[in-house]
Amino acid sequence: MKIMTCPLNGPRNISEFQWLGPVHDDAELTAAALVRHLFFAPNPMGVLREWWRHTPSNTVFIAERNLITDEILRTYLKPAADNIASVA
Amino acid sequence: MPIELLKYGLRRGHRPFRDIPPTPDLRKHYDVVIIGGGGHGLAAAYYLSNHHGVRNVAVLEKGYLAGGNTARNTTTVRSNYLTPPSIAFYREGVSLFEAMSEELGFNVMFSQRGQLTLAHSDAAMRSFRLRAEMGNHVGIRAELVDAKTVQELCPHVNMDLGGQHEVLGGLWHADGGTARHDAVAWGYAKRAAEKGVEIHQRTEVEGFGIANGRITEVRTNRGTIAAGQVLQAAGGMNGRIAEMAGIPLPIRCFPLQAMVTQPLKPFLDILLSSSNLHTYLVQSSRGEIVIGGGTDPYQLASTRSSLPQKESLATGALQLMPFLHNIKILRQWAGITDITPDFSPIMGASPLQNYWLDAGWGTWGFKATGVAGKRMAETIATGRVPDILAPFSLERFSRFELLNEMGATAAGH
Ligand SMILES: Cc1cc2nc3c(=O)[nH]c(=O)nc-3n(C[C@H](O)[C@H](O)[C@H](O)COP(=O)(O)OP(=O)(O)OC[C@H]3O[C@@H](n4cnc5c(N)ncnc54)[C@H](O)[C@@H]3O)c2cc1C
Repeated sequence: MKIMTCPLNGPRNISEFQWLGPVHDDAELTAAALVRHLFFAPNPMGVLREWWRHTPSNTVFIAERNLITDEILRTYLKPAADNIASVA
Repeated sequence: MPIELLKYGLRRGHRPFRDIPPTPDLRKHYDVVIIGGGGHGLAAAYYLSNHHGVRNVAVLEKGYLAGGNTARNTTTVRSNYLTPPSIAFYREGVSLFEAMSEELGFNVMFSQRGQLTLAHSDAAMRSFRLRAEMGNHVGIRAELVDAKTVQELCPHVNMDLGGQHEVLGGLWHADGGTARHDAVAWGYAKRAAEKGVEIHQRTEVEGFGIANGRITEVRTNRGTIAAGQVLQAAGGMNGRIAEMAGIPLPIRCFPLQAMVTQPLKPFLDILLSSSNLHTYLVQSSRGEIVIGGGTDPYQLASTRSSLPQKESLATGALQLMPFLHNIKILRQWAGITDITPDFSPIMGASPLQNYWLDAGWGTWGFKATGVAGKRMAETIATGRVPDILAPFSLERFSRFELLNEMGATAAGH
């Protein structure tokens, strides 16, 4: 079984999690940015920062996962800073 | 064709022949370079060379011929979509399959036995009613049927599913069928090669030279070539290839998994699917039950398989046909699909003048192999996007003119 680490509950079975999609970082809301935000989601051949949810505890967090190897590199709660793009 | 076959069978001294010529050296220039030797690229090469007289064509394939999603799909061919532009496009796709073996002189084993999609909820019945009406309006055969008709069409289906999601009715699509995927690709390749199209296997596109809004050269692991026109038909890697050409596409990669059981005596003579259970079953001509469903629940560009997805396919299959419970799985696999936000393909022009897109085929592009090849060849040969392709342009996203086929495609392909 594949294991994912919930920042709150520790390592859990992947079936307890729901994938919510990529973390977007476009700040300004122009028409072009809206189209990009809605339809042109990131699809890197490498690491993607994305939202996940641990369903039993309803914990929403961020994961960094390699889209070629399916390796989960890091999981963490959303930092307090508003600007999500600044997360290292 | 039958007479030819008989003559060949009775002839003494058979001479072996190759359907596909060996990979030649790359030339310096081609009128058209096609990226991707899957069904779509090969069909485009066939139509360019056989119908438009464009023969100085190279198909570049990084692996072996048609080893991408063309080799991995579950071969559903149908036209019961929701939006009129899609229905019209796939209707032409189905009609090309009806004539394909004759046209190519190559048996693609098209078996038009009809597709039944089951509804286990009132909401599904309502959406099927809409699809049937839209289909009839555009001119395909699609009809809403009740539970009794479901039982007549498919006596083996478990109608009450343990009282959980009993079958209320379904969408019967008499035009639906299957074809032999490898034969489709090989048939197009053979007839294209006869007219001079070069098929370059193990030739990977690694980058482009771009100047003044045009592709000037295509760089590969076997050398650099100049191209008049370039068509990209790279299956799961479509997003990546477009990125090399500096074109962002609204595409995300998701794995799609399928599996087949050991062969059984023929008992299932239609294509059976359930949108609520995200599972479909079809019996191949060898007797194997092919089982497919929806994509993995998260983005990934890998052909790894996963136990949860296989379990979900097995659960759906066993709900529909509990008597399959001790049948063995023989093979299982996955392909990388290129999914768009509206579950419709992207075909036609790109921001570059001589670069054409045949992308975003996701989980549903096998059925469009002929029609996409034919219409993309027409586009390249005439320099004009035909009306039937216009709604599928890349610009539809910035105009918010999406063709939402998610409900008609996500689990049925
Ligand atoms: C499990 C599964 C089930 C499916 N079931 C159905 C179904 O029932 N019905 C249906 O209609 N569709 C189905 N599909 C979808 C269908 O298989 C695809 O949409 C269709 O095969 C796409 O054809 P193609 O020729 O565009 O792509 P492909 O057959 O994938 O061909 C693209 C080719 O491009 C090559 N390529 C990639 N990058 C490069 C590069 N850099 N240089 C050179 N070559 C490159 C690849 O090696 C590949 O051979 C299914 C897909 C999967 C994975």
